[in-house]
Order: sequence, then structure tokens, then C-alpha cells
Amino acid sequence: MEPQLSWYLALSAVLFTIGMAGVIIKRNIIAMFMCIELMLNAVNLTFVAFASFFHDVTGQLFVFIVMTVAAAEAAVGLGIIIAIFRNRETLDVDEASILKF
Amino acid sequence: METNLLSIIIFAPLVGAAINWLVGRRVRNEMFIATVACGSVAISTIVAFYLAFNSHGALRTEEPLFDHIWTWLHVGNFRADFALAMDRLSGTYALFITFVGFLIHVFAVGYMHGEDGFYRFFAYLNLFMFAMLTLVLADNFVLMFVGWEGVGLCSYLLIGYYIRRKEAGDAAKKAFITNRIGDWGFVLGIMLTFFLTGSVSFFANPAAGEAAQTALSFFKTAQVDPFTFGAIFAGGATSVAILLFIGAAGKSAQIPLYVWLPDAMAGPTPVSALIHAATMVTAGVYMIVRCSEIFVHAPTAMFVVAIIGAATALFAATIGLAQNDIKKVLAYSTISQLGYMFLACGVGAFVAAIFHVITHAFFKALLFLGSGSVIHGMHHEQDMRRMGGLKKYMPITFATMVTGWLAISGVPIFAGFFSKDEILWKTWSAAGLGSFAKVLWAIGAITAFLTAVYMTRMMVMTFWGEERFRKVQPIHDEHEEKDDHHGPVVPHESPRSMTIPLIVLAILSTIGGFIGVPYAFVNRDVNIIEHTLEPAVAKMPASESTEHADEHAHVAEELALAGVSVAIALIGLGVGWTVFKRRPLLEMPRILENKYYVDEIYDKTLIRPIEAASREGLWKVFDIGVIDGTLHALGDAVTELGRLARWLQAGFVRGYAAIILVGALILIGLFAYFGFPR
Repeated sequence: MEPQLSWYLALSAVLFTIGMAGVIIKRNIIAMFMCIELMLNAVNLTFVAFASFFHDVTGQLFVFIVMTVAAAEAAVGLGIIIAIFRNRETLDVDEASILKF
Repeated sequence: METNLLSIIIFAPLVGAAINWLVGRRVRNEMFIATVACGSVAISTIVAFYLAFNSHGALRTEEPLFDHIWTWLHVGNFRADFALAMDRLSGTYALFITFVGFLIHVFAVGYMHGEDGFYRFFAYLNLFMFAMLTLVLADNFVLMFVGWEGVGLCSYLLIGYYIRRKEAGDAAKKAFITNRIGDWGFVLGIMLTFFLTGSVSFFANPAAGEAAQTALSFFKTAQVDPFTFGAIFAGGATSVAILLFIGAAGKSAQIPLYVWLPDAMAGPTPVSALIHAATMVTAGVYMIVRCSEIFVHAPTAMFVVAIIGAATALFAATIGLAQNDIKKVLAYSTISQLGYMFLACGVGAFVAAIFHVITHAFFKALLFLGSGSVIHGMHHEQDMRRMGGLKKYMPITFATMVTGWLAISGVPIFAGFFSKDEILWKTWSAAGLGSFAKVLWAIGAITAFLTAVYMTRMMVMTFWGEERFRKVQPIHDEHEEKDDHHGPVVPHESPRSMTIPLIVLAILSTIGGFIGVPYAFVNRDVNIIEHTLEPAVAKMPASESTEHADEHAHVAEELALAGVSVAIALIGLGVGWTVFKRRPLLEMPRILENKYYVDEIYDKTLIRPIEAASREGLWKVFDIGVIDGTLHALGDAVTELGRLARWLQAGFVRGYAAIILVGALILIGLFAYFGFPR
């Protein structure tokens, strides 16, 4: 049987949900980042699926943009993580909670 | 007729006050301050006399003189301008206010010599003249009320002139607050007048665009209210009259609002003479006579006025009999004589009331200034029990005070006889009161007798007899001592600045009565004051046509009554002389000396409860509880909100992520539900 659009969308949705849950549940900053990347890739998959099934190349164009953003954000985020790690010697995100009342 | 000179009368003292306050305080030169003060009043006097007596003068013509200074309040139908009007009534008042005021200013120059606050005293005194003249020359109720309040303010400032004495400050507050109670009635009266008539003006000045229908002309053509108790609350002329009378009772010290006047003697004696004898306290009488048109249409109100006037006259006379402070005797005497004036108004004898105002201004100012001279000569001793035999030390003061004494006792030919007798005659012959008129006359007659007795007591204790001041050390209880005497006080006569006004007033007290000689005495119509003031006051509705016929018909009755008055005066003098010459220190009944404990009664029944209610109720419950409570609650609420808002910033990164997620979900849900934006 040919793969249906809905299958791609379902896969994308599942990946996105896993990524979402991971961002909230994971305490390791690197793991949080990996889950964010996972969410972004899930969205990419959705765009590509739509582009393919509706024969519209706009979806693929948007994937370019999303990838660029993801890369930039990963670079900046990892820079921040390294800065925090140098100060705190830990990658636990719960330890970085001093900006409070 | 419009004239700009009228404004000079009121503004000259105001300018004097300003100069004394601003410049006099720096210069501190008594001669300068005195010249400015007396000079400004002199200017007012000259202008007033000119405007009154010149060929188109206010006292010569029927039409008033107007001066529309500026349009103050003009809202729709309501018009109250800063405009002056001198008709015969206000002209008469302006004449004696300025003249007697001038004499008192001159006296005060001598009396207040050496005082630190010399400039302040004269600034306030001039301010008072401004306010009083505004009151009298106003052409509408509202401006009159401005003057009314102004004299109340100046009374407060001047009674409390000795700022370091607590009793002076208390007396000043008492005066102001008691006046305020009267003012409540007065303002309600003005409002009701406007409600009924659509105007608050006394005169119609077409040149200034004022409407022809004034407050007073409305009542002229209105029906007379019925003579019932209910008319007081009916909202017609009677209600207006009663409310206005409450105001007059406060200002002119009638029962029940007279209590401030004896305490007001804590002020300097020239203040007592000017404000609490000659001018301010007669403002109430002026107001009633000005509104006589309203009163003659309100027989119930006139009845109330007459009763309260007579009662006050008798009441105060009995208290005056037992006072030992020379100024307190004169204070109660003033209250009593004011009672006479209100009695006269109450029976419709408005001209007689004004006549008594004028003669009273002369002899009461004389008596007060004379007592000031005595006090000054006795180095600020005021208790008559420590005086005695002063007639050889202070001959001029003595001679002038004798004329004042004879005048107030009602001895002919002095001024008081004519005016007091006129009031008594008009009371006896009052139409519409039947035999009650005779009762009022009896009260008036008894009061006249008591007046003669207590004035004689005062004179005898002060000027005759043994010199009691030699026996006792001067007791420095509440009196300010500038010169410390450790030996017996030796009295001396006062300087010329003080004795000359006394002499002038003595002359006026002697011959001043001749402006009002009734027809009955000389069988000729020479009653100058009657002719001058008759067009300015209202006539009792019933007796419009019978006025002159009556006057000529009852000559015999009038002469008989006059004889009775003279007899009463002479008997009173005789009784006072025989009793008090021999025993000047005779103790009077305690209840009279303690003024029937009225002040204590007021304190217990009114003042303490109000104070307690204010402290517990208004202050603790409302001010601290409600107002402060609201503010505290607002502050606390904001703090609470802040405390709750802190939870959003826990520094917990995963929490932030969760909130973002939840927000996104809600947004998507909303879009899914309500449709995506096009």
C-alpha cells in the first residue's frame, strides 16, 4: 500500500510529542536541547510531507529556514551551556534557578 | 444713581489694613501705623458723610446710591454682584459705624501703646471696618453674608489678639463657633429666599442690569402668613424670617447664642467697644430691619423675635447685676440692650430699633472706652472690688462715664432716654398683640429698672467710696502685667488720645437723642430719624393707613408712659445709689454671679456629647477606620497581588518551558474552536 499523508503527519505528531515531553521531563541540558532539535525535525517532516503530497515546493523552502534557525539556536544555546558549566560544574537545569524572588 | 465714591468707603480701610500688615510690620513705627489706620477710617467717614448729606445724598433722596463694582455671580436667574447700595438705612449705619469707629481707632492708639503687635491690631481693626461696611452697604444677601463672615473672622482675630493667653484663644474660638451656628440659619434663610423669590438682591438697579423683582419686592406684594406655629415650618415668609433670625441671634448675642459675648471681653477693650458694643453685634438688627418686608409678612416670626428679645433683655440684666469684672457688666448690658432692639423689631418698631442702635453705639462705646481708660489707669486691674474712689484720680474719665451712665439708664435729656422710651411706647401700643403687649412692656420696664440699678452699682463701685486699691496687692491672676508693681496701684488719668474720644462720645450721648424727639413731647413733627428712616423700612400691613392718625391721637398715653420710664430710671438710680454707696462689696446671689450656669449646662449637654461622638464616632470609626482603613486595604491588596505574582518567577526553567507549552496549547485550542484568522 502507498504511504498516506496521515501516516507522515501522525509520525510527525508523535515525534513532536516525545520531544515536548522530553523538554519538560529531562534534567540534563544537553538532553533538553536534543529534544528541542527533535521537535524541530518533527515539524520539518510535516512540512516536507505536505510539500510532497500537494506538489508545492514552498514547504521545502520553509524547511530550509527552519533548519537555519535550528542551527543558529543550537550554536547560541550550546555557548550558554558551556558558560553555565564553567561556573557551576553541573549540567542539571534545576541547579540554574537563582533568578527568582 | 451710580457713584464710584461708595467703594472708597469700604476699600480705604482695606488698603489701610494691607499697608499696616505688609509695611507696618517692617517699619514698627507706632506713629506711622496709627496714621495709616486712623487715616483710612477718617477717609471712609468723610466720604460717608459727603455721600449721605450732599444735595443728592442718600439721606436726602428716596432712591439709593449704587456702585456696581463688579459682576461676581451671575448664573441664569441667580445674580449676586459685588455691588454696593447706600439707601437711608445703610447710610445711617455707615455714618455711625465710620464715625464711632474712627473715635475708637484714636482711642486704641493710646490704649495699645507699647504693644508688640501694634501693627497687627490695627491691621485687624481696619479689616474689621472693611468687613462691617461691606455688610452694611451690600446690595444683596450674598455680599452681606461675605461681610457677615468677615466681621466674624475679625472678631475671632481680635478677641484672640493676646495670643499667649489661653483664655483669649478659647474665647475667640467660642465666639466664632457660636456665630457659625447662627450662620447656618442665615445661609438656609438666603437659600429659601432665593427659592421663593428667584432673587437675592435687596434693590433693583436697572443701570447694572439687575432684575426689577428683588427678594424684598416679592414679599411686598405677597400675602401675610398666618399667625400660627405651623407657619414656621411651612416654607414661606415665616420660615425665611425664623432662619434669618437664627443668624441674627448668633451675631447679636440673643438667647440661646449669647454665650460668646461675655467671654469675648478677653480681647482688648477697644475691640470690645467697637465690635461687641457698637458695630458687629448690631449687624443682626440691621439685617432684620433690612429684611423688614419679610418680617412684617410673618407675624409668628415677629412674635418669636419679640419674646426672645424681651427675655434676653431681662435675663442678661439680672446677670449683669452680679458681675464683678467691669467689662463683664458692660458685656451683659450690651446683650440686654440688644434684647431691647430685637423687642422693638418684634413689635414692628423698626425705626425705634435703629434709633436705639445709634444711641447705644454712642453710650456703650463711651462706657467701654471709659472702662478701658479705667483699666489702663489702674494698670490693667479689671475687678471692681479692687477699685473705688477713682473720681478724683481720673476726672475726665469720670465725667464722661457719668454721661454714659445717665444715658443708658434712660434719664432725660440724654440719648438713651429717647430711644429706650420709644421702644417701650411702641411695645405698649403694639397692634395685633393685645394684652400681651403690656406683658412685654412690663418685662422691658423691669429691665430698664435693673439696668439703672446695675449701672449705678458699677459706677459707685468704681468711682466713689473708699479707695480699695490701696488695701490689696494687685493680684496678677489672668491679667497681662506689663509693669510690675509691688506696691498698691496708684491710678492715673489717661492720655489725650484716649480722653478726647471719650469727650466726643459724651457729647453725642448727651445730645444724640434729639434726632428722635417724638411728636408727643413737643407737639411738633421734629422726629428727624423717624422721617429719615421711614421710607426704608416696611410697615405693618394692618396699620398702613392708621399710622399717623395713631401718633397724634395717643399723645396723652405716650406722655404718661414716658413719665413712667423716667420714674423707673430715677428710682433705679436711687436704689442703686442707696444700696451700693454704703455697701459696695455687697454680695449678689451666687446663681446670678455664675450666670445661671448656662455655660456649664451647654458644656454638659451639648459640648461633651458632641466631643465624645466626634472622638469615638467620627474620628476613630470613620477617619481611622474607614478612610485610613481603605488606604491600608488598597496597599495590602496590591502587596498580596504581588505575592501571588511572584510565583510566576520561580527561576525554575522546566516550569517556564511547561508554561510556554500550556500557553501554546491554549492558543491552538482557541484557534481550532473559533476558526483560524483569515
